[in-house]
Amino acid sequence: MAPRQVVVVGAGPGGLRTVEQLRKKGYDGALTVVGDEPHAPYDRPALSKQVLLGKAEPTALALRGAEQLAALGADFRLGRRAVSLDVPEARLELDDGDTLRFDALVLATGCGARRLQIGAGLAGVHYLRSLDDAVAVRAALATARRIVVVGGGFIGCEVAAAARALGLEVTLVEAAAAPLAPILGGRVGELVTQLHVERGVTVRSGTGVAGIDGGTRVESVRLSDGSEVAADVVVLGVGTQPSTDWLAGSGLTLDNGVLCDRHCSAGTGVFAVGDVARWYNPLFDEVMRIEHWTNAAEQAAVVAANVQAYLAGGAGAPLADYAPVPYFWSDQYDTRIQFAGRTRAGDDVHLLPPAGDGRERVALYGREERLVGALAMNSPRSLLRYRQAIGARASWDSTLDELAGVGA
Amino acid sequence: MQIHIDLGKCCGYGNCVLAAPDVFALDDVSNLAVALVTEPDEALRPAIDRAIDECPTEAITTVA
Repeated sequence: MAPRQVVVVGAGPGGLRTVEQLRKKGYDGALTVVGDEPHAPYDRPALSKQVLLGKAEPTALALRGAEQLAALGADFRLGRRAVSLDVPEARLELDDGDTLRFDALVLATGCGARRLQIGAGLAGVHYLRSLDDAVAVRAALATARRIVVVGGGFIGCEVAAAARALGLEVTLVEAAAAPLAPILGGRVGELVTQLHVERGVTVRSGTGVAGIDGGTRVESVRLSDGSEVAADVVVLGVGTQPSTDWLAGSGLTLDNGVLCDRHCSAGTGVFAVGDVARWYNPLFDEVMRIEHWTNAAEQAAVVAANVQAYLAGGAGAPLADYAPVPYFWSDQYDTRIQFAGRTRAGDDVHLLPPAGDGRERVALYGREERLVGALAMNSPRSLLRYRQAIGARASWDSTLDELAGVGA
Repeated sequence: MQIHIDLGKCCGYGNCVLAAPDVFALDDVSNLAVALVTEPDEALRPAIDRAIDECPTEAITTVA
């Protein structure tokens, strides 16, 4: 029998963790990792935090040392892009013309920043997704006086916080009612607004961007309410797009990511992990795609186990479900924002009174009689408690009753 | 087996507490991870391995 070959496309944390878990679980066949960036796997969450603040050198972000990578016995093809996939023939083609055959394939290509037409080609207009992006933004911040951050999602909020800490004049523009409001709801959005306003950020919510103006360099941002904000630097944090273009025509279902079943399987012998995977989470009875670090790490362990099971047992092999409570964090100034679970518009939101010195805030989210989400600011132990409760399918009423019982 | 937590790396995410609640907790004051037992029983090994795998900052190691 020919030696087994597992190919992992994507060299971020999801891809790396999958490879490590495969080896840990005893897979001793061939492993190839294709990564489109020239860098070895690195710590992406730090890009919008420590790197911008100058607290971490880009070279210090590698997730593993050269020796640790070598010990995995994997063929890392870095700076290479997969360009097409043939599932029935079980092979894929790379941009250098090389063809890779596989027994099992793991798609871990992640997301790219969604790019806008406006501002294209103007110096001083940046996106922040990759290590190279972060290096460019950091250099831009070093000489700038005024920055406009477009998009009050996590990236936008973190860039605003870093720029403020560096002493820049910061304007944060968000089309919705408040930063993070589309993700965490309006009341938490107000808390986030307050956080930024207290630090001197000008928050312009409820307005979009009509244009970005300048000659060769950006000079100002035109908002949809007709006003204009001067800027030396603009960072656009307006969402992401799953990196699936190359899979068109592969026969896999692409629908806001690679569509997978509850086992993270997208087709026979094909699995997906991390930001690019849109899978059915039985715990929430929902097809979801999670763009957060913790998910990539947790999902990789399940995908590696399922790859192993598939290699051993073929197409009918029993596979494990992936049913996590999603979890993410964001550091803004000295506030840690953590969220566990799922929320969407229309959920009941219960905001607990401030605790500690007033900096500790907790919000709970309920839907259809279940506790589905919990948000904590500077209160990691509360978050842990509710994260467990969400995983145990705690009821919404009993959660609120319990709070009332302890006088909260 | 001895557990070592690198407090320079730990950011208090608490993934270890969920993976191995008998072994890890978050400290009341620092909000960083603490080991509840210094030399845990081998029976706790699978939970501890999960905690190591799921630590975002890879702050946990064990020494045989």
